[in-house]
Amino acid sequence: MSILTVENLSVDIPLAGGVLHPVRDISFSVEAGKTLAIVGESGCGKSLTSLAIMELLPTAATRSATRLDFAGQSLLSLSERRMSDIRGDRMSMIFQDPMTSLNPAYPIGDQLEESLLRHRKVTRREARDRAVYLLEKVGITAAESRLGQYPHQLSGGLRQRVMIAMGLMCGPELIIADEPTTALDVTIQAQILLLLADLQKEFGMALILITHDLGVVARVADRVAVMYAGQIVETGTAEQVFREPTHPYTRGLLECIPIPGKTAPGSPLGSIPGIVPSLIGELHGCSFRDRCELAHEACAVPEIIPMRELDARRGYRCVLDPRSMAGEIAEAGLQ
Amino acid sequence: MAVTHTDSRLPSAEEILEPSPAAKLRRRMLGHVGITLGGGVFLVIVAMALLAPWIAPHDPYLQDLAHRLIPPIWHEKGTWEHVLGTDQFGRDYLSRIIYGARISLLIGIAAMLISGIIGTAMGVVAGYFGGRIDMAITFVITTRLAMPVILIALAVVALIGSSLQIVILVLGFLIWDRFAVVMRSATQQVRNLDYVAAAQAAGCSTLRIILTEIMPNVVNSLIVVATVEVAHAVILEAALSFLGLGVQPPLPSWGLMISEGKGLMFFLPWVIAIPGTALFLLILSVNMLGDGMRDVTAPENRN
Amino acid sequence: MLAYAIKRFGVSILVAITVSIVTFTLLRLSGDPAVAMAGEGATAADVEYIRKHYGFDRSLLVQYSDWAAKALRGDFGESYYMKVKVSEVLFERLPVTMTLGALALTFAVLLSIPLGVLAAIRPNSLIDRFALTLAVVGQALPSFFFALILILFLGVKWRLLPISGSESWLNFIMPAIALGYYATPAFMRLTRAGMLDVLASDYIRTARAKGLRPLTVLFKHALRNAIIPVVSLAAVQLGFMLGGSIVIETIFSLNGVGRLAWQSIQRSDFEMMQAIVLVVACLYIVLTYIADLLNAYLDPRIRVG
Repeated sequence: MSILTVENLSVDIPLAGGVLHPVRDISFSVEAGKTLAIVGESGCGKSLTSLAIMELLPTAATRSATRLDFAGQSLLSLSERRMSDIRGDRMSMIFQDPMTSLNPAYPIGDQLEESLLRHRKVTRREARDRAVYLLEKVGITAAESRLGQYPHQLSGGLRQRVMIAMGLMCGPELIIADEPTTALDVTIQAQILLLLADLQKEFGMALILITHDLGVVARVADRVAVMYAGQIVETGTAEQVFREPTHPYTRGLLECIPIPGKTAPGSPLGSIPGIVPSLIGELHGCSFRDRCELAHEACAVPEIIPMRELDARRGYRCVLDPRSMAGEIAEAGLQ
Repeated sequence: MAVTHTDSRLPSAEEILEPSPAAKLRRRMLGHVGITLGGGVFLVIVAMALLAPWIAPHDPYLQDLAHRLIPPIWHEKGTWEHVLGTDQFGRDYLSRIIYGARISLLIGIAAMLISGIIGTAMGVVAGYFGGRIDMAITFVITTRLAMPVILIALAVVALIGSSLQIVILVLGFLIWDRFAVVMRSATQQVRNLDYVAAAQAAGCSTLRIILTEIMPNVVNSLIVVATVEVAHAVILEAALSFLGLGVQPPLPSWGLMISEGKGLMFFLPWVIAIPGTALFLLILSVNMLGDGMRDVTAPENRN
Repeated sequence: MLAYAIKRFGVSILVAITVSIVTFTLLRLSGDPAVAMAGEGATAADVEYIRKHYGFDRSLLVQYSDWAAKALRGDFGESYYMKVKVSEVLFERLPVTMTLGALALTFAVLLSIPLGVLAAIRPNSLIDRFALTLAVVGQALPSFFFALILILFLGVKWRLLPISGSESWLNFIMPAIALGYYATPAFMRLTRAGMLDVLASDYIRTARAKGLRPLTVLFKHALRNAIIPVVSLAAVQLGFMLGGSIVIETIFSLNGVGRLAWQSIQRSDFEMMQAIVLVVACLYIVLTYIADLLNAYLDPRIRVG
């Protein structure tokens, strides 16, 4: 059962030099209780996608979609009031930078409790108890004494745990985690991600994990959507996407990751040459064609290349089909 | 994966022929309402002051007791002989306003220059050398800030005796605090940049470093403060003259004209409205110019 | 926090002492008190007598030490003209000026903060442009001129308020507006800039993501952070207003310290002038000190190490 269904979501931002299209006709869905990872490099539009779902886009940006359903209810025409009822309650978000995402003027206990107090009729005592419960759940010891502490008194890792606890206060059905570990020390990143995964299983929530760290994705995600230049270029289960990547971009990404034991020390690491194309104004054809070995004339047509379905749950956006792709790759002498 | 396609990011002809930074700045300045409008009005007032002997219809000191308190042209009793009317001594108001511009501008700019030299020297020295020198200068600034300017100015002028020159000196020696604070801060920001270190390594003398490396980069802040302080000095002089301790009669200081007309304001409001409006326009134009300069030279500070 | 408070206190004392020294020297050097007191038509013998009697013939250092020693005990000398102790008159008049200052500040704050908040919520809208225009216009109007305009319209034409004296609280309304409006642009701009900054910050995005109501986000989260610099500015502006009250009190014939200062200046009453400048400076120092402490207190990052 799908808790979130997104069809043809686009975000447009008018600029002085034209209209920027950072998110273009994105479609995906998230199953209740499952994890979807959205991966892509910086600037591919993944954060804006999550903000668009929550209706938290900056005022200059406009969102459009043919379908945006959450738990069976359309979010598209919802008033701001009704949307704010859902935000923080049934759908919550964890942001990237815990240093700046917490209000420096209030203790963390207050910031945790206000979430619950806003959405439920509970007493302060009950809100407090829930806050303590969740702080302990996210691995913060001596939780009760921490309630009076201010954000600046906690380390980055602790702050992010607080953010996670804050996201869980009302028992949401869906959590969107936007690069939750990018701003943290490498040593803590794994801890936080595993924590998220554990909590997700325990509370049975759906999780959208937005990240550019592929290593993480493999361990934690059920399904993966790969984004490039504002579009989704490949979807599938985590196993499918990692074992048999179809889209040239996905393949390029995976080749960039050194695998201990397989990648010979001293051998060159893979890289994808070129840079992301400009997303301003009219766009056509495949956005990846400037950086792709297998590109040819069919990639530069005026229409946007559509997603091809390999089977019910797998798709990719390329003019080539896997067999001819395999042929061309063999011809080019690549592994 | 090997590279197949050419990099499509070579600069285009338009990009190569882009206007220089100076030209861009000029364009921004002219496009800014504050600068064009404020600067325009300010220039008009300056022109008025400079051309006073030629454009004033009458002698501003010439009394004509037979024609006292003639209202300005928009009243039914107004005449074209005295477009803005006459004061209680029969002196032509328009001429007095025109000559009054000289006084306001002279005092405003002169006081700004004096306070600017004092304040900038203090601020740059404090910002450049830091340490004890900075502490000492900051202490002096704090002390000056604690002193109520108007009270001190009034007291000193009352004791020494007031005149145009004394007002300029007293104001100049009192209002340097903002120059010092802003220049100190600006110097601190510039001081630690690489080219200053390079100049020091090359053995340039301190004075030379300050003049050639530091000053050009703090000039933007300096200009903004300078405009603020011109307006400040103009207001202070007007207040001092209003209280009778600024420029002395029969000089046509606008503040003095307001004071002289105070008693008549209930029946003949234009007597104070006209010099008041002149003051308002001058201060407004200077402020707009200053705001505009700040917006244009440092867009990140824009409102 | 405590160390900071103590250090600032020490500096404040030093500044106060320096102010008194500078003022003392400035006044003594600007004019001859003996001549001023003797008045016009006095003979050289009169002047000499006054000089000896009041000790003006001693060195500046001795005169100052004498004054300072007495001042520490609260004795600011005696006003030559009023024949009463300076401290008596001064502290009798002080409440009027402080009331005026407090009212002026309240007026400025009540007008500028809501405007600043509204302007920040809708940047470049009509209300934003209106607020900015008001700020620019307000700064260009000299306060004495504005006071006269107020008197002309509110006092005389429409007869809404009394134009002089200090009998009732109504007497304070126009002076408070005339004194306070000049601070409005600074407050409004600071509030607006602070709110714009804060509203763009990540924790406001978090607050919205939690589904908090717009007013909660605006006041509990945004304003609480944006207001910190405004509070310090308020204390500083109050200090300026106390010094600038001289013009307003004179125009409206309010019996405060400002008017007293004006009268003493006209009469070359040195003792009174010296004392008034020192008291006003000390009030300013105390206010800036409070402003610094408030600043530190309101930001938990400073208050709770």
